[in-house]
Amino acid sequence: MLIIILTISISLLLALVFVGAFIWSARSGQYNDLVTPAHRMLIDDKKEKISGKNPEEDKYVDGK
Amino acid sequence: MSMENNQSRTVYDDDIVKKFIYAALIWGAAAFAVGLLAATQLAYWQANFNLEWLTFSRIRPLHTNAAIFAFGGNAIFAGIYHSSQRLLKTRLYSDSLSSIHFWGWQLIILAALITLPLGFSQSKEYAELEWPIDIAITVIWVIFAINFFGTIAVRRVKHLYVALWFYIATILTVAVLHVVNSIEIPVSYLQSYPVYAGVQDALVQWWYGHNAVAFFLTTPFLGLMYYYIPKAANRPIYSYRLSIVHFWSLVFIYIWAGPHHLLNSALPDWAQTLGMVFSIMLWAPSWGGMINGLLTLRGAWHKVRTDPIIKFLAVAVTFYGMSTFEGPLLSIKSVNSLAHYTDWIIGHVHGGTLGWNGFLTFGMIYYLVPKLWNTKLYSQRLANNHFWIGFFGILIYYISMWASGITQGLMWQSIDANGQLAYPDFVETVIKIVPLYYARAIGGSLFLIGFILMLINMWKTISLAPKGQDEQQVDMSNITMDEVAGTGHRKLESLGAVFTVLVFIAILVGSIIEIVPTLAIHKYLPDANKVRPYTPLEQAGRDIYVKEGCYTCHSQMIRKLDFDVIRYGEASKLEESMYDRPFQWGSKRTGPDLARVGGKYPDMWHYRHMIDPREITPKSIMPAYPWLDNKKLDYQILRRKLSVMKRLGVPYDDETVANADIIAEKESLELFNALLEQDPSLENIKDTQIIALISYLQSLGKK
Repeated sequence: MLIIILTISISLLLALVFVGAFIWSARSGQYNDLVTPAHRMLIDDKKEKISGKNPEEDKYVDGK
Repeated sequence: MSMENNQSRTVYDDDIVKKFIYAALIWGAAAFAVGLLAATQLAYWQANFNLEWLTFSRIRPLHTNAAIFAFGGNAIFAGIYHSSQRLLKTRLYSDSLSSIHFWGWQLIILAALITLPLGFSQSKEYAELEWPIDIAITVIWVIFAINFFGTIAVRRVKHLYVALWFYIATILTVAVLHVVNSIEIPVSYLQSYPVYAGVQDALVQWWYGHNAVAFFLTTPFLGLMYYYIPKAANRPIYSYRLSIVHFWSLVFIYIWAGPHHLLNSALPDWAQTLGMVFSIMLWAPSWGGMINGLLTLRGAWHKVRTDPIIKFLAVAVTFYGMSTFEGPLLSIKSVNSLAHYTDWIIGHVHGGTLGWNGFLTFGMIYYLVPKLWNTKLYSQRLANNHFWIGFFGILIYYISMWASGITQGLMWQSIDANGQLAYPDFVETVIKIVPLYYARAIGGSLFLIGFILMLINMWKTISLAPKGQDEQQVDMSNITMDEVAGTGHRKLESLGAVFTVLVFIAILVGSIIEIVPTLAIHKYLPDANKVRPYTPLEQAGRDIYVKEGCYTCHSQMIRKLDFDVIRYGEASKLEESMYDRPFQWGSKRTGPDLARVGGKYPDMWHYRHMIDPREITPKSIMPAYPWLDNKKLDYQILRRKLSVMKRLGVPYDDETVANADIIAEKESLELFNALLEQDPSLENIKDTQIIALISYLQSLGKK
């Protein structure tokens, strides 16, 4: 059942990549703050018309 | 800091997001319509209008491919491109790559739309497309990967929000799965043989197939859930910590669950148990995601009453919870012995696709379209109607398939006091569930009707939107500047990560191509000599079986279960399919298993049955295949086919390979003469495909 060896080794390799990614993410401080990321993504970007020449027409649309 | 306007202002590319939304809507309509057609054909076989291109076995793969890769794919790309730019506070890495990604993907879909109905199919589930399209998929996927990881590299926020992690896992894993499962050797422009055979092919295919569900229909949609539910509800995720824990556990566990598609089969028991155990373990991370998604709505539950977007999203997550509860349940060997090959699995899959993928996509698009086009939704009422009609459609679909699957599964198992099958005639078990096929078609119609309401709503919304506001800017003052990765060093560091990923993929592809050919030689069977390879005509017939997609309704795997053995004969053994490229164990028995059909009926029976199944079995729901007895068989190509097989390790001698066409012609003539003797009116079927197919069917279980 060489194919099992193949699929297992590829799966393990993938798992290793994920382990690497996990270690990188933990070390680089991705998870130091588990509160603000959830809130920060809620803040919408300011939206502006590109074609509109009148700056008064610029408006916030997102997030009310 | 917010004064650094020229430096920190970015224009997002929303044009590409709009394009992918259009594509998802258009292909969605096509995928659902073809699905409805296929469903109708199971209730009323005449619904194929006697056209070979609309025959069930050809359009069922078209439906699954269109639903997963065309509707689902375009929806994923739209959501990923939209949310990633906002999460990373930067425009997509390259406009040209985005554009190539979009048009390339649409061309691939178009190619599938043409080739599958014409019968160019590898007959491996969700991997039916032939080799040139497989290559195109790889190229476009890599372009997508470069574009996405490039965007991460030039990001202006250090932190990667959890949705992005789900996208990363998706892109990486799908690339690996697709490449490994698609290693095949071409025999013509639109036909190829996989390098794997029999059980090897089965294992790779379901390693791919199950992870297609995991990494194409689950992880990207979870990523979308983690972006669009908080946005739509305007509330942070319930637990960011939980999202991280369940992400990592999900990606580590999912990849091992594939063998649960091969339970009770000839696959070695330990591999089956491995698949089962990991499938059960999946309960926890899956429900972690569901709980997190649903509880995000805490404090916003009143919106479920009024806001159609939240309705769609909340129900989508609920269906995700149901499907991921049901999946591990079905992976328990004893439950699986009842459910496998029945409509229960079809119901399970559609709970996931219609409920989870469909409704999440709908919610996302209802959210996105008014935002992207700077307008308001044309009609809340239409959206609410869509929700309710679609929802009841799914329920009818799901419940009818549960009833059908369990009914038929129990009938197959049923053994009377004398140890005989209570329903020995397979068609009895089919007649019983045909009414449920009608019910399912009604459920599917409702889902489609709801979707049409959405198309009207979207069309109205977009056409009434103010013109000339195509792109939007982002003001960087919204984010804390210490998070901005502005320095050259940071960019270099990020690019390093991108290259690592690309190098990883390159190495993987390289080593696979080196490893795989060694696998083609069968070393795992001590009694390999007992099985002879297919004769040239049988192989030609097998290719027709594959081309026509017979696997959509017939299995070739008698499980190690008493009621299977009593009905079909001795349980299938590994060596019996050792030369099968691709393997055709199948996953659904709308018709009976064919693993030992060889010699069970006379040749004439098969001929009549293929031309008109009702002549043999009055209540059969099988489509007729009348074109098989007027299409000529291509003998010439057999030499090439057999030489490829020989290269892959099938023990043909050189003489057989060199004379494959002549041998096949002789075999065919013999069979033809025997048929002609019984019925002199058959003089026109000389050298036709049906003779090869009969020859193949008669070889099954006889080697």
